[in-house]
Amino acid sequence: MQDIRNRLGVFFAFSGPTLLWLILFFVVPLGIIWLYSFGENVSLTRIETTWTLDNYRRMLEPEIIELMRRSLWLAFVSTLVCLLVGFPMALVIATASHGAKPWLLLLIMLPFWTNLLIRTYALLNILGTRGRLNDLLGWLYERADQLLHLIGLGRLGLLGDQFTPLKLLGTQTGVIYGIVYVSLPFAILPIYSSLERMDKSLLEASMDLGASQWQTARHVLIPLALPGIMTAAIITFIPALGQFLTPDLLGRGQVDMIANVIERQFKRANDWPFGSAISLTLLYVTFILLALRSFNDAARSRRVAR
Amino acid sequence: MPRFKRSSTAGPFDYSRKPLLRIVFILGTVFLYAPIIVLIIFSFNNSRRGGNIIWKGFTTKYYTKAFGNEELMLAFANSLTIAVVSTIISVILGALTAIVLWRFRFPLKPMFEGLVSLPIVIPEICMGVSLAMFFSTMGWMQTGDTAWPFNLSNIIIAHITFSFPFAAMVIRTRLQSFNREMEEAAKDLGASEFRVFVDILLPHMKPGLIAGALLAFTLSLDDFVITFFTSGPNTVTFPVKIYSMVRFSVTPEINAASTVLIIMTLLLTFIALRYQRIDTTP
Repeated sequence: MQDIRNRLGVFFAFSGPTLLWLILFFVVPLGIIWLYSFGENVSLTRIETTWTLDNYRRMLEPEIIELMRRSLWLAFVSTLVCLLVGFPMALVIATASHGAKPWLLLLIMLPFWTNLLIRTYALLNILGTRGRLNDLLGWLYERADQLLHLIGLGRLGLLGDQFTPLKLLGTQTGVIYGIVYVSLPFAILPIYSSLERMDKSLLEASMDLGASQWQTARHVLIPLALPGIMTAAIITFIPALGQFLTPDLLGRGQVDMIANVIERQFKRANDWPFGSAISLTLLYVTFILLALRSFNDAARSRRVAR
Repeated sequence: MPRFKRSSTAGPFDYSRKPLLRIVFILGTVFLYAPIIVLIIFSFNNSRRGGNIIWKGFTTKYYTKAFGNEELMLAFANSLTIAVVSTIISVILGALTAIVLWRFRFPLKPMFEGLVSLPIVIPEICMGVSLAMFFSTMGWMQTGDTAWPFNLSNIIIAHITFSFPFAAMVIRTRLQSFNREMEEAAKDLGASEFRVFVDILLPHMKPGLIAGALLAFTLSLDDFVITFFTSGPNTVTFPVKIYSMVRFSVTPEINAASTVLIIMTLLLTFIALRYQRIDTTP
């Protein structure tokens, strides 16, 4: 680590381009939509910043409140599913043999490198009413039906008259399926790295002191992995909340999330000020979540230090 | 000599050997891979319309059709051009950023660090929208009369903005393993600051630079949302083109084109792994 006082020239040569780039292409653009969010459309192409709060007031309209509620709910459920599925998967990788570990990690990461649009598009084939998932469920239904007939319960019609395919495209379930699908690797990695760093002797100590497997998992394993689980929750939730493609392609316009409404303001409705206000609201929610996390981290390290 | 095999007896914490957890892992993996594998299989489906529903025999004609689709190929060429240019600039900016964060102590450093990591964390849609507004306010929105490849400059700028912070992170991690004694030894032997940089620091950074470049390249090829907002009517990238094709109708041609991109990504990943070597000791 070097002090910059006697090396100002070198310091600016290295930091200048980055700063300039970020200010010009990141801070200024955000500033522009911040200004627009207080603006009004004066003509088809001109927006004047009149410092009106109307765009933010419109955020309180019932449809937008409903949209926010739905987006938060879908992101929340998807995150929960990711954590519930991701934790056991991360646990398997973290306790696998040294030789297998990198390959299992690669196995999880590989789909993650595949284009997001293509992955979402691929789900169309899986989730359709005549898609592969319904094929599978229909097949399972047939087998279960045969089994029931075999043991003489066929007449009771326990499974209903016939298999009715699930409607997934255009429903909340389909969108949640899609968000889980694209963000599962995101959830697995941080949990994995916190489990990996964990001191395994603590688990043994817990068992030696007479705790059961389940008690050890509940009172030792999960609390120790909690920082990783929190990180996983945040980095799954934030992109999930801003998802555009999944609700767009799998929701078929029936299950809009925040990003879809933002897109409509800019691409079709041509209401840039309102679109800017929604974008900034999404941005503020993100900042609050990030702040909560760093607040949480700080509280934790204070507790550890004590 | 008989070896004591500890691995054959599952201890209470060999979670990877518990049947229930194994089943969850296997099902999770199937969940992740099945759609991609089905997509690849259906790219060979000999069915004209709604090619995703029923299997009608094997054909490779949709690959021929995809490669013969001029718009699709132009979009693909655009994507590659954007990826190459934005990768080069991202690696340079990323390396500079990484060196600043690794080497210097300065006032407001946490702010600098926060600013650099912001493009990683903010929602894509916000970045897409803000860049679109920026370009249109500056009057930089492409109208269609700019010559190729200059009409791609907006998209390239956008891609650099979101990918160089990732490259910086990867390069910074690599720099942390740099042995400062090497540098001091070189200086003691009379090397100038510049020589130290070129002959010692740069070779040490090389794996990080390559890893950062591959990451930036993949991110650029992968991006849809930000490109969707910053592209003009005549500057279509591969994902944007696929998106408009999907919106229009689902055809086996999209499956074929997607399969080509998936295979390209796989190849890139394996190249990346060869450079990075899979780390067995985390």
